[in-house]
Amino acid sequence: MTQPSSHAVAPPWAMLAELTHGCPLRCPYCSNPTELVARAAELDTGEWARVFEEAAALGVVHAHLSGGEPLLRRDLVEIVGAARGAGVFTQLVTSGVGLAGRRVAELVEAGLHSVQLSVQAAEPAESDRIAGRRSFMAKELAAAAVVEAGLPLGVNVVLHRHNLDRIEDLIELGIAWGAERIELANTQFYGWGLLNREALLPTREQLSRAESIVTKYREKTGVELIWVIPDYFDGVPKPCMGGWGAISITVAPDGRVLPCPAAYDLPLDLPNVREHALSWIWEHSAAFNAYRGTAWMAEPCASCPRKELDFGGCRCQTYALTGDAAKTDPACGLSPDHHLITRLSARESVKEKPFVYRELKRPPSVVDP
Amino acid sequence: MTDWRPALSRSAMLRHCPVRQAELLIVPERIVVLNDEAAEIVGLCDGKRTVAEIVAEFPVEAGEDVTEFLDRVHAEGWLQ
Repeated sequence: MTQPSSHAVAPPWAMLAELTHGCPLRCPYCSNPTELVARAAELDTGEWARVFEEAAALGVVHAHLSGGEPLLRRDLVEIVGAARGAGVFTQLVTSGVGLAGRRVAELVEAGLHSVQLSVQAAEPAESDRIAGRRSFMAKELAAAAVVEAGLPLGVNVVLHRHNLDRIEDLIELGIAWGAERIELANTQFYGWGLLNREALLPTREQLSRAESIVTKYREKTGVELIWVIPDYFDGVPKPCMGGWGAISITVAPDGRVLPCPAAYDLPLDLPNVREHALSWIWEHSAAFNAYRGTAWMAEPCASCPRKELDFGGCRCQTYALTGDAAKTDPACGLSPDHHLITRLSARESVKEKPFVYRELKRPPSVVDP
Repeated sequence: MTDWRPALSRSAMLRHCPVRQAELLIVPERIVVLNDEAAEIVGLCDGKRTVAEIVAEFPVEAGEDVTEFLDRVHAEGWLQ
């Protein structure tokens, strides 16, 4: 495999800073790895400040301050200030628990630009059930506090079998809370989502109804609605991060650096900001060059006219389902492994399964047979 | 609209990117690379100048383009 020279590597635009994996919520589709980073291993304030300086020098202009729940970091205000000082636009990605009151004002003062608030369902009890903890009230208060502080509010909902049928209510809730943007993101099935696939996978009918409602709402509301496609149903894979090591960089709570927040489980030697400069990691590390560009692809991707559009799909999903991250994403209709997807997505009926809620200790069974 | 004194909305940030030698308008979930003229127009949106005063900074024949551009950026929510 030929690796691109450093001159050929365009700089990253965005960084996902997972400040902590600690979170009061226990959502069964959490994007954090199933093996969560312990609080004691987290980068400290000074280390994060250095990461933001290095990121800005590398070309990063946009950062999601995420988690876990970033509000659990007592030094969040300092971290926001450091990012702002480096010239990086900051968006807080939060459950909303702990955001009301003085905290918002302090974050605005430190230079926070915007907030993305998660909500699990439009109905309080159902939202709390999916989150695995009482949190809906806190979210409502957080939304009001953000709007009052004059910051732009985005609402994010992860969609699945249990909330797709009430998508109108979710959109109405976002509008009522004053959101400028509502992100309706269908569950991605790796990590915790894969563990809970049986419990979360919707039916095709649920999805097509929900999508037509989104289309209808787009005509009558000024609020921006973002529909993140469910790749299990269309036979078309999603474009992995806009290309591996092409646009975005993820920094884990313990300083490991990943091309994608789902890449923890891939057989990669993940570089760490405690040992290497971020620029070296982006340009030269084996992890970032592993699936960069198109030279690594085998058939059917290598000769596919869509290879520059979807980049062979998602490396993390491919590895989770086939054990080989360099194959074509099974979500693609051209993949020889496509049956791994269709045997689930083509089902007429679904069996009810309880959630495996997110927890610090990795659960024993990993994938449904 | 004649009294409008355009200013960047709170969610938007205008900055020069030395790495790319480009002027960027950064908003939640989006980064817009501005050409030189667009960057100059946005740079004049300080909440003090009126649209007429901003237009006056450019050649007469560009006036219509400048107002159109301001309206478009306003419609996106990036100017207030």
